[in-house]
Amino acid sequence: MKVPVVKEILKANDSVAVENRETFDRAGVVVFDVMASPGAGKTSMLLATLDRLRNDVRPGVIEGDVASSIDADTIAERGVPVVQINTGGNCHLDAPMVRSALPHMQVDDLDVLFIEDVGNLICPSNYKLGHHFSIVVSSVTEGHDKAHKYPGIFAGADVVMINKWDLADVFEYDLDFFTQGIRMVNRDVPILPLSSKTGEGFEPWMEWLHAAVDAPSPVGTAG
Amino acid sequence: MHELPATQGMLDVALEAAREAGASRVREIHLVVGELTSIVDDSVQFYFDILARGTIADGARLVFDREPALLRCHGCGHRDTVVPPLRPTCPACGALELEVTGGQAFRVDSLDVDGGDVEGYSEQAEPSAKASTE
Repeated sequence: MKVPVVKEILKANDSVAVENRETFDRAGVVVFDVMASPGAGKTSMLLATLDRLRNDVRPGVIEGDVASSIDADTIAERGVPVVQINTGGNCHLDAPMVRSALPHMQVDDLDVLFIEDVGNLICPSNYKLGHHFSIVVSSVTEGHDKAHKYPGIFAGADVVMINKWDLADVFEYDLDFFTQGIRMVNRDVPILPLSSKTGEGFEPWMEWLHAAVDAPSPVGTAG
Repeated sequence: MHELPATQGMLDVALEAAREAGASRVREIHLVVGELTSIVDDSVQFYFDILARGTIADGARLVFDREPALLRCHGCGHRDTVVPPLRPTCPACGALELEVTGGQAFRVDSLDVDGGDVEGYSEQAEPSAKASTE
């Protein structure tokens, strides 16, 4: 006998993501899922961003890693509230993991929360966390072909950064090629070359970020 | 690694649907998986064979229906199906202005079960992914 089902497989995760989103909205905090491959510079980008946040914006960070608290320790040194999630081998964060971190963080006291996902260009894009915006950090050192090879993660991005832009000449980075790959799957997303090391390119990013914090999209792409 | 939690989620959905239908055994699980999801069929089957042990889905066959990603060229209007890695130029006219949509599905479409008390389904409906992408 045939039984029709037609049910999204990640529905259990998605329903927890909706609860997380409700928690965030009640607290009035705007939440960003920061995704990238290992070594793209997610943590460096976050540190440089925290240094440039407007004084009236209170940040928090959830750090997702397979193991260790190296990143969380670095963030904590800035005096920013941070919770570490160790996924114990899982290659992505999911909504229940984020939910489990929330009791350890005073979300009511935050205006913006960055969730640093596990370094991976495949899995994180399939798991909604309850966040408002998805940030994908690519980098010059990875090469300009990442959008062509991993279109799934870029398709859902609200912002795409190209970190380590100070190395673009050394690596003969082809911005047109990268941009064209992004545009195949995401026609309107802002593409922001920047360098967490030199600060180059941070102005447009901080402008975008502050606008998002002041008037978060009611829809988002990943809630 | 990705396929392990994904397969567990799929098994949960299938078992819940089988229970609701009053099924005694699950013979087949029909899945719709988008070409851009990076889900590997063999890997899902591998994990499934382990995770389903001791359940009514033990030994069930997984049938994968791949939802294509669709390419549209803004230069010449050419349409095609594509799989990653995406090629940077239109295969018809060489233009760079391409748009790729779809290919993100990941769902259980139907089950083939023994027993059960759902009536009125003699034939499986055409998978909705196919219908919506044509």
